Amino acid sequence: MAHLLLLLALVIAAAPAGGAETAPADVRAFDTPDDQGRSITLTWRRYDVLPDSVRYRIGISERAEGPFYHVAELDPKTTPTMADEPATFGTGEENRNRHFALIESYRDPEGPDRIRIENGKAYFIRIGVHGAGQTVVEARARGNYFNTSKLGNFALAGLFSVLILVYIRLARRKDLYIRRLAGLDALDEALGRATEMGKPVLFVHGLQDMGSPSTIAAVNILGQVAKRTAEYDTQLKVGNRDPIVMSVSQEVVKESCIEAGRPDAFNPDNVFLAAADQFSYAAALEGLMVREKPAANLLMGYFYAESLLLAETGSTTGAIQIAATDAYTQLPFFITTCDYTLMGEELYAASAYLSRDPKLLGSLKGQDLGKGVIILMLMLGTILAGIGFLPLPG
Amino acid sequence: MYFLQRTLPLLVAFAAGVIGIFTYYIPVAQTVEITTSTWYRIIAAFALFLGIHSLLHMHWHRIRRKQAGWAFSAVVYIGFIVTIALAVYNNGSGPLQPLAPGDGLDLNWMYTHINVAGGATMFSLLAFFIASAAYRTFRARSAEAVVLLLAALLVMLGRVPIGALISEHLPAVSQWLMATPNLAARRGILLGVSLGAIATALRIIFGIERSYLGEEGQ
Repeated sequence: MAHLLLLLALVIAAAPAGGAETAPADVRAFDTPDDQGRSITLTWRRYDVLPDSVRYRIGISERAEGPFYHVAELDPKTTPTMADEPATFGTGEENRNRHFALIESYRDPEGPDRIRIENGKAYFIRIGVHGAGQTVVEARARGNYFNTSKLGNFALAGLFSVLILVYIRLARRKDLYIRRLAGLDALDEALGRATEMGKPVLFVHGLQDMGSPSTIAAVNILGQVAKRTAEYDTQLKVGNRDPIVMSVSQEVVKESCIEAGRPDAFNPDNVFLAAADQFSYAAALEGLMVREKPAANLLMGYFYAESLLLAETGSTTGAIQIAATDAYTQLPFFITTCDYTLMGEELYAASAYLSRDPKLLGSLKGQDLGKGVIILMLMLGTILAGIGFLPLPG
Repeated sequence: MYFLQRTLPLLVAFAAGVIGIFTYYIPVAQTVEITTSTWYRIIAAFALFLGIHSLLHMHWHRIRRKQAGWAFSAVVYIGFIVTIALAVYNNGSGPLQPLAPGDGLDLNWMYTHINVAGGATMFSLLAFFIASAAYRTFRARSAEAVVLLLAALLVMLGRVPIGALISEHLPAVSQWLMATPNLAARRGILLGVSLGAIATALRIIFGIERSYLGEEGQ
């Protein structure tokens, strides 16, 4: 009888105080998907009712029997569920009922630093609630060779790339019709006007650096413009904000002048750093517009708030203004203040259009076909969602 | 010479493009991206010297030739020299030290009272520029301008308290204009931009686009 009472007392003492506290159930640990390694993902079932004081304690060890080193202590109320990361875990209904934690390092038992998880090594991960038992699971981290969450992106990019390359090949054999772009047709008119007036042409890149596709597209257009201004013997001024863009632009203008047979037309001082700060850059170029009154302003690239400052000042000086940008927030400003505006993809088409090279024009045709594919997919998706075949999010 | 001027740049462009694509889809290759971004920062640091040289050289020519507005170029020199001097002095701590706090004329003061104030002044000019651009555009000389004018009026009225006083439907109409036609157009532009970026990238990677080398395309 005494033994029974003692056993009962021990069971009561070992039982969790909140009643609802239990060891995390259905615990799984696995290599974090779609990453470069050195990370393990731990998931476990979420409990709806837990006392406020409860914390999940996560430890890690290289041996099943321990010792376990501290990884993290998590509040169940703020611990994310798998539904919070649909890119990693998908959109299953079950994800709302599972917590997850990313384990990338643990506390060094001999110092204040943290030790990173290593790829290929077996780790034993323990998760527990104080006084309610714990669960130990094993996992290894490894680097992944393909990001499966980008599979759709890869497939579409591959499809569009094939379409574009096919049309580039086709363009070698037959003439392809390309719709006219009024803004680019007006470029020769603008450069001719500058030549007649004996005034310079101002080319502005926008604010982004050489890593931006918009700036790369703008530099390609600059090459075509520089060749024409060299042929017409017109001064071309290029105002830059980024020193790398400035260096690239100097080389592009120089090469274009050489290609046009007018190496003497290149003056490195005309491709200059206006300022590195957004509004100082705008002020410097506005000053140039007012003082030198360029006959044509070409605003091509990615712009922010300085777009209207530049375009409106250029408009008051009477210059022909051609803008090309993929910054949709700035498009209204350019449309209202410039004579011609190339919108979005037209910025990327400009260089190919100006060169009239069949292969480059073929890529434009491929772009158009890609747009056709997207439009078809959108219409199909709309119809399927409309008839209730596809569930709408939310 | 042809190899250095044409073939090598094309090979570099091809390699950089292919590495960029691989690092986007292959997680284990992301360390390469970190390395290349470090290279970019190092190149940017050196390019900054070229930028400073370009800036000072251009303004020096203006001052020497007494070109129109040469006094502004003198201001560039004065600003450059004073900023460098204050950065080197660093409130008595000297150069290559963390920015030392101070309550007088120092780098912080220059930044707050000249750079930030000047930037704010330029930004505030936008209000006047928007008004003048809007006046020219909204004169309703064509059907498109009338549509633009009406849409702008509805959006602006729907976003200020007086709009709700005029009609309780105005905020909803404004919201619908922004969330439906505006968003649809924006997404259409973005899809086109993405395709354009892919096409430009392919043209450069495969050496079809050579405008940046001064060629028309081969």
